[in-house]
Amino acid sequence: MLRRGEGCRTVPLAGHVGFDSLPDQLVNKSVSQGFCFNILCVGETGLGKSTLMDTLFNTKFEGEPATHTQPGVQLRSNTYDLQESNVGLKLTIVSTVGFGDQINKEDSYKPIVEFIDAQFEAYLQEELKIRRVLHTYHDSRIHVCLYFIAPTGHSLKSLDLVTMKKLDSKVNIIPIIAKADAISKSELTKFKIKITSELVSNGVQIYQFPTDDESVAEINGTMNAHLPFAVIGSTEELKIGNKMMRARQYPWGTVQVENEAHCDFVKLREMLIRVNMEDLREQTHTRHYELYRRCKLEEMGFKDTDPDSKPFSLQETYEAKRNEFLGELQKKEEEMRQMFVQRVKEKEAELKEAEKELHEKFDRLKKLHQDEKKKLEDKKKSLDDEVNAFKQRKTAAELLQSQGSQAGGSQTLKRDKEKKK
Amino acid sequence: MDPLRRSPSPCSSSRPSSPSTPPCEMLGPVGIEAVLDQLKIKAMKMGFEFNIMVVGQSGLGKSTMVNTLFKSKVWKSNPPGLGVPTPQTLQLHSVTHVIEEKGVKLKLTVTDTPGFGDQINNDKCWDPILGYINEQYERYLQEEILITRQRHIPDTRVHCCVYFVPPTGHCLRPLDIEFLQRLCQTVNVVPVIARADSLTMEEREAFRRRIQQNLRTHCIDIYPQKCFDEDINDKILNSKLRDRIPFAVVGADREHLVDGRCVLGRKTKWGIIEVENMAHCEFPLLRDLLIRSHLQDLKDITHNVHYENYRVIRLNESHLLPRGPGWVNLAPASPGQLTSPRPFKVCRGAHDDSEDEF
Repeated sequence: MLRRGEGCRTVPLAGHVGFDSLPDQLVNKSVSQGFCFNILCVGETGLGKSTLMDTLFNTKFEGEPATHTQPGVQLRSNTYDLQESNVGLKLTIVSTVGFGDQINKEDSYKPIVEFIDAQFEAYLQEELKIRRVLHTYHDSRIHVCLYFIAPTGHSLKSLDLVTMKKLDSKVNIIPIIAKADAISKSELTKFKIKITSELVSNGVQIYQFPTDDESVAEINGTMNAHLPFAVIGSTEELKIGNKMMRARQYPWGTVQVENEAHCDFVKLREMLIRVNMEDLREQTHTRHYELYRRCKLEEMGFKDTDPDSKPFSLQETYEAKRNEFLGELQKKEEEMRQMFVQRVKEKEAELKEAEKELHEKFDRLKKLHQDEKKKLEDKKKSLDDEVNAFKQRKTAAELLQSQGSQAGGSQTLKRDKEKKK
Repeated sequence: MDPLRRSPSPCSSSRPSSPSTPPCEMLGPVGIEAVLDQLKIKAMKMGFEFNIMVVGQSGLGKSTMVNTLFKSKVWKSNPPGLGVPTPQTLQLHSVTHVIEEKGVKLKLTVTDTPGFGDQINNDKCWDPILGYINEQYERYLQEEILITRQRHIPDTRVHCCVYFVPPTGHCLRPLDIEFLQRLCQTVNVVPVIARADSLTMEEREAFRRRIQQNLRTHCIDIYPQKCFDEDINDKILNSKLRDRIPFAVVGADREHLVDGRCVLGRKTKWGIIEVENMAHCEFPLLRDLLIRSHLQDLKDITHNVHYENYRVIRLNESHLLPRGPGWVNLAPASPGQLTSPRPFKVCRGAHDDSEDEF
């Protein structure tokens, strides 16, 4: 019923149509929706994670510094609304608390991996829902992970290697050398080379800035060579020359944060925010999230082709599972209902028992009462009989007495008296 | 049609604000604005897609209109000759082109519906069209639910349907009303008065008011839908547009000389009707709506509202939808019914080896 016309061909335009405003329309829509960006900072306590975030976004985020006595690794997450001209950014910063402080650090990476997976899971759940609202969903998936390396000057710690290896397939990792003012320039170059070679030899995939688009290929290419960035963060502003700048003051000099000769902070800010923020988000969505989704769905038992290699519809399994679930729910409901009925019956029986008992007791008492009443009546009757008999004798005696007194003789009286006794 | 089709507006809250997001003051420029340029570069690299469908009886100037809109020979205009029999059933004919302007690449797909409303008995002539639209949604859905999916799912869903109303001057015909009622719940519909050069200005206004009255009486919600207006600016802009819809348009692909300028127009004995002149016809309004200002909005509403509605119904009650070709039967097998779940054609990627079910 449907005929496809000739294949795609490019057609020349005879005039100005006007769809060159399309990118602007798209951008306007995105601006009205707002952007969101989620950063995860992984590093040992005291490496300056919070300070770096303050410096990067030129503001003071709330939070107290963590202690070294945490029993396990925890993640602390905070969301902020930033606004620059007409662009609104919902920024979420997640920091590890207590990383590297324990004596046994074997499981240190687990809470981090679980957190990242939990964000993917939440997005996947929303995507699989029947009635979903993806366009207003607050995306909490981690877009970039800044891994803070301690400035020892030697090499990566084994904890760092293990953690980065576990994270590289789940999130875009950008390693940075923290507190870089503790290392001299020559040591820094050697340190960077050592780190890069260790990462390569251990097969850790860190995020490479994209070089496929001409407008950013050049700058990204040079920046790729400067990884890992050696950064310094500072919340204090000092007057240098006639400008106020963020800097750290030592007795032997002042380290300026935004001076490219002193540290790579400016490079980090360029790469992270000004050039590649959108690419980081896209990589998270198209690569890391898709990988997670694929693994999760395969784990749940969905396949694209069934054993006969005929394309197997996800929908069929989905519906089957749904029916199964509904069946289970119904069964549970039945069970509960039956249990309820059972309980009601039992209670009813109990109450009937009690009622019966009460009736019996009542009957017993009534019978007792009747018996006693009868006894009393009997006694009363016998007493009445006695009284009657006495009255009769009394009248008879009085009669005799009156007859005897007429005949004269008190002997009969005496004899009567004796008789009476 | 079915009450499940209404869904809340897309971006009803521009930024979902939660109680734990304190606004932060930045003490200096950070460079967040640069993300807009990054977005633009990426979008231009990837290119855009737009699918439009034109529906109307033959002879209303649909092909000419499309050619005028995109200023190119999208259709090789060939009016059906006398020897060609009119098609017995409704056929859908689709053409894809890539057009480029100032570095912006647009992949345009135009679907025509020759034979619509041409038969003596036009009952259920909207079914093939609905079937086609749903088939595109189905294709997208099948791609979306794959385990290993493509980076960029090709979007063949119809973003806009332009309905040509014949210039009778009276009111909407029953066929029009039936069609519009069914279609406005599945796709964005923009009705236009075709061949408006046969109506005078007063007749046009009266016709327009009557059509608007008809639309209101029958609860037909055409694009731009009132419930999707996001903020006060949108409301004002869209109310102005809604007041003028349906646009009275004239299509022309020939150029003539008027006052020394070369304009697109139709030459008649009593004058030249200039297509791009707002005093003559409302073609510029239609062009602006479809291309210059609301193209992205059309795509967004199709993706966020119509596609989601389709998806909900598809996942819940598969048996209620009109079927297109290649339908996959998902209902659980009842005894006595043959279920042969013929899988839909997905011939992309290395993992697929089913044949084309078309």
